[in-house]
Amino acid sequence: MSSTDLSIQLTGLELETPTILAAGVLGTTGASLKRMTGEGAGAVVTKSIGSEPKEGHPNPTMLKLDCGFLNAMGLPNPSYRDFRKELSIASEGGVPVIASVFGAHPDEFVEIIIGLKGASAYELNVSCPHASGYGTVVGTDPVLVEEITRAAKRTTDVPVWVKLTPNVTDIVEIGEAASRGGADAVVAINTVRGMAIDIHSGYPILGNLYGGLSGPAVRPVAVKCVYDLYKALDIPVIGVGGIGSWQDAVEMMMAGASAVQVGSAVHDNVNIFSEITSGLSAYLKANDHCLDDIIGLAHRKVEP
Amino acid sequence: MRPVNVIITEIIRETPTIITLRTDIEPDAAPGQFVMVWVRGLDEIPMALSHPGSITVQSVGKATEALSRLEVGDSIGIRGPFGNGFEVKEKGDREEKEGDGEEDGAGKGNKIMIIAGGVGGAPLLPLALQAHSRDLDVTTLIGARTADELLFEEHFLKCGAISIATDDGSKGHHGFITGAMELFNLAGFDQFYICGPELMMKSVLDILRAAGLEAMAQLSLHRYFKCGIGVCGACTIDPSGLRVCRDGPVLSGDLLIKSELGKYHRDATGKKIMF
Repeated sequence: MSSTDLSIQLTGLELETPTILAAGVLGTTGASLKRMTGEGAGAVVTKSIGSEPKEGHPNPTMLKLDCGFLNAMGLPNPSYRDFRKELSIASEGGVPVIASVFGAHPDEFVEIIIGLKGASAYELNVSCPHASGYGTVVGTDPVLVEEITRAAKRTTDVPVWVKLTPNVTDIVEIGEAASRGGADAVVAINTVRGMAIDIHSGYPILGNLYGGLSGPAVRPVAVKCVYDLYKALDIPVIGVGGIGSWQDAVEMMMAGASAVQVGSAVHDNVNIFSEITSGLSAYLKANDHCLDDIIGLAHRKVEP
Repeated sequence: MRPVNVIITEIIRETPTIITLRTDIEPDAAPGQFVMVWVRGLDEIPMALSHPGSITVQSVGKATEALSRLEVGDSIGIRGPFGNGFEVKEKGDREEKEGDGEEDGAGKGNKIMIIAGGVGGAPLLPLALQAHSRDLDVTTLIGARTADELLFEEHFLKCGAISIATDDGSKGHHGFITGAMELFNLAGFDQFYICGPELMMKSVLDILRAAGLEAMAQLSLHRYFKCGIGVCGACTIDPSGLRVCRDGPVLSGDLLIKSELGKYHRDATGKKIMF
C-alpha cells in the first residue's frame, strides 16, 4: 500500500503521513530538516527557537542509557533572526514545517512568531524540563499557558500547537488551559526529568546536572498522558514519547493521538518515518481499518 | 552508553603544543573513529583516536587545556568509539574491480596518499599503520607551522615515504602542504586521506578536484558536536543534512566539494560562522 493511504488533515494542515519529526531532533538546520522529509516524515518540527542566540548547556548534553536517552541540550539556537533562512530551506522539503518556539512570557512568544513568519504552524514549547526561566517553568502554570496560547493565536493565522510537560501533577489541567487559550492541538509529552551520575567519580554526567528522559522508558507515561488528554479535550492530541516502531504508533493512536511525533528513535534509524508508515499501512489494511478507526479506540473499548 | 572511566597511563610530548595521552583501555575502533572525552565537571569534546588507547591533544580551549594539565594516574570519562572511519581498501581490489568494469575509483587502494596538517595527523596515524600492515604503498605528506610542530613524523616514516611542508620553511617544502603535493603525480595514487585545518583541506580538495580525483578522497571533518550520537543535529552540514558525528566524521571528497567545506561552519548556537 502506498503511504498516501495515511494522509490526514491535522489542524488544517495536510500531512501525507501521520508521522512527524519531533522538536529538537535534527532540527538545527534547514538542510537537516529537509533530509528528514526525504526520509518520509509527514511534517517536521524545528529545534526550539528563541529571541536571542543561545549556546545551550555545556557537554555532555545527551546520553544513551539502557532504557532510553537523557538529554539537556539547553535550547541552543541562533535566534529567530538567524533561523529564518533555515526555515525557508526546510520548507523546500514539501511537507509542513512547524516552528517550535520558546519564551519566558507571552510577549516573547509573540515577538518570535512575528519574526519567524513562514512556518506552517507554531508549536509552543512550554515544556522543556531543563532550561532556566523557560519551558516547564512556564508550562506548569495553567494561567500562563493560557495567556501564552491566546497571545500566539492573536498573532498568527496558522495553527498553534502547545507541547505539554509531563512533569506536573495533572497534565489535563494544563491541556485544558491551552485549549481555553485557543490552541489548535496539544502535543504530549516532552521529556521526563531525570538524572545520571558517574559512579567512578560521583559527578552528575550531564553538563546541566539533570535533564529529560526520552525513548522507550517514557512511552507508557506518554500513552497515559495522551489517553487522559484525549478524554478531556475537544482538540486533537499529537502523541510523542518513546515511539520507535509502527506498533508504538498504533498504541499511541489507540490512546487518542491523531498523529505521532518521533524523536530519539532516529538514533537507531533515520529511516524510521518510512518504516512506521509502511508498518501502519500494512496493519490497517490487514485489519480492514482506516486511521479514524484506531484513533481513541482504547476509550471506545472501555467506555462504549 | 555511560562514560567509561579511563586512567592516564602515559603522557607523550609530541611537539611543543601537542601531547598524546595513553590510557588503560583500548576500545575496538576503526581508524578515523572518535571518542567523546569527558573532563568531568567542565565539558565533553570529540577527540580522534591516534591509537586504540590514545588521544592526541593540542591545547586550543578550556577542555583541551584541562586535558593538557592531566598527569599519569588521573582519570577521564570516554564514550565511544563513534562515527564512521576511513575505509582502507585492500591490495588487489583494483584488479578485481577493474575486471568488473568499475572505473569510478571505488575499490582501488594499492597506492595511497595521506595528507596530514597539524594535529590532523592524529586520526591518520592508525590509518597509515593499518594500510602499511596490509602491504599498501603509503606516502604521507605532513604539514605544520614549523619543524618543531611536525606530528608523528617518525611514525609515518615507518609506514612509507613522507614529504614535509612547513609554513616557515624550517623543514621540507617552504609553504603550505599543497605545495608539497605538486611534487607528486597525483593520478598515480588510488586513495587520498586528509585531515587538518579546514581551509587546508579545502585547498587540497580543490587540487584533487582539478585533477578529477575528488571521488577518491576521504576527509575527516571537524564540526561542533553536542550529543555526539546523531540525534540533536548540531553538526549537520549543508546541503546534504548529513550528521558529521554519525554519518562522518569521514566524508568523501565528491560529497564535500559540493558542501559548506571551507565556506562556513556553525557555532554552538547553530549560527553560521564564515571562514
